Amino acid sequence: MRNFDRPDSHTLTAYRNAGGYRAWTKAQTMEPAAIVDEVKKSNLRGLGGAGFPTGMKWSFIPKTHTGPVYLVVNADEGEPGTFKDRYLLERDPHALLEGMLITARAIRSALGFVYIRGEYVQPWRRFSAAVKEAYDAGLLGQGFDVVVHRGAGAYICGEETGLLSSLEGKKGWPKIKPPFPAIKGAFGQPTIVNNVETLCCVPPIVERGAAWFAGLGTKTQGGTRMYSVSGRVKSPGVYEAPVSITLRQLIERAGGVSGTGRLKAVVPGGGSAAILTADEIDVTMDVDGLKNAGTMVGSAGVIVMDESVSIPEALFVLARFYAHESCGQCTPCRESTGWIEKMVHRIVEGHGHKDDLDTILDVAKRGGGTTICAFYDGAIGPYISYIEKFRSEFETLCRG
Amino acid sequence: MTAPVSFSAEQLAEVRRLQALYPDKRGALLPVLHMAQDTFGYISLEAEAYVAGLFEVSPAHIHEVVTFYTLYFQQPKGRHVVAVCHNLSCHLAGAQDILRHLETRLGIRRGETSEDGRVTLQAVECLCACEAAPMAQVNDRYELNLTPEKCDRILEALR
Repeated sequence: MRNFDRPDSHTLTAYRNAGGYRAWTKAQTMEPAAIVDEVKKSNLRGLGGAGFPTGMKWSFIPKTHTGPVYLVVNADEGEPGTFKDRYLLERDPHALLEGMLITARAIRSALGFVYIRGEYVQPWRRFSAAVKEAYDAGLLGQGFDVVVHRGAGAYICGEETGLLSSLEGKKGWPKIKPPFPAIKGAFGQPTIVNNVETLCCVPPIVERGAAWFAGLGTKTQGGTRMYSVSGRVKSPGVYEAPVSITLRQLIERAGGVSGTGRLKAVVPGGGSAAILTADEIDVTMDVDGLKNAGTMVGSAGVIVMDESVSIPEALFVLARFYAHESCGQCTPCRESTGWIEKMVHRIVEGHGHKDDLDTILDVAKRGGGTTICAFYDGAIGPYISYIEKFRSEFETLCRG
Repeated sequence: MTAPVSFSAEQLAEVRRLQALYPDKRGALLPVLHMAQDTFGYISLEAEAYVAGLFEVSPAHIHEVVTFYTLYFQQPKGRHVVAVCHNLSCHLAGAQDILRHLETRLGIRRGETSEDGRVTLQAVECLCACEAAPMAQVNDRYELNLTPEKCDRILEALR
């Protein structure tokens, strides 16, 4: 975000003036293994949702493989409450390209794909213009090429194997792992899939060193990250902060709670994260801090709800979302998301029964880990946490 | 469907260029379907069969792809598409009021197209502009921080 406030921040000139592409110059003097090692030591963890250690992911590319290796950028941002990658694509596209160049060297890739969600037309135009600038300047096309690919509207394509299916020209059905993409990914070749923001962290790590980056964060996660803060706060927006910031501090940075001014609940990491109550916000916003609090940092999309918000209605909105976006491949997900949407709808319409709450909890608790991808596990987090933490509010709406 | 479904020579060259970007030409299917929709207005069964020929795959494969993604229309759409986000952050900011306002103004319900063929109104999932909720995508553009008055101005400009 070093460049964000400049109106021309998306241009190569502005990026270079701010020190851009110096890390790439340095990386070209480094052995690929040394780059991987540096990123491992930085404790950079994937910022798209899963939080997997980035350097470790890169090291899974088989050393003996002699064919092509692909770098795929996940710019299919879609997690409810998240908008940081849109800012990066529009305002700092060269940071992504520099991160891609360095990563491609580290994993010995000659071809990268950037999968941008279909709705992001302006970000796609901005990023495509930056790619052209990079070709014209000889940064691309000298051993590494970039293809910009537009999606067509499907949340599941943010799941990395669903994204690869989509990139291959199919419907975005996730694939069973193993084999992991690093072994057999896009078009059957070893592939690294990284989120936009994750790759944007790579140039500063190479330029300023792993120790510096690691020192910004916690013991198990280095760096700062971009928190998307929305909902009932006075100043919604993207906030960059060390991952050791607490949720309370983050809400304060976003101007504090709006509406009634009294906090009721917070979604800490995108729609799929379990909800936290007002007295659970003294947690650090790193991967492990929120995991220990029984939820997840996910894509770091923070949605704030004040006292006036109906939690059952909020759950209905999410239940409708999961029913709509389930790709339909696995039975537990396809069926449960559809039925739970109907049940939560019945409750918010005043026709539900208290037994329905137990049915939803029962179905949700038995469904974890039964599907090919993490989509349904992500839906279960809200189903269970909203009902268990705000049960009386649901019961008030029930007929008996 | 009376008009013949086919690309111009320039478009066919573009199809070949796109196909060559991918290790397997099928990778270009989504971009080519975007082209098809931009050219034909929507993706009819005839268009699916035509695209299937360009990729040497079964029309059934194209059909399952077209039906999987929300941005491909299988029916004629309005000249403009107004897609209002109704996910959580927009919900908290009054997305339902915005949708109801647009339904009243256009005389249609979400999912429908106005009788004059001007506007298709949709309720869609998170468009990831939650900092400016409620919001909508109007054709290619994101329209942010919507109010009923702003919606009226936007509709006014859609001819």
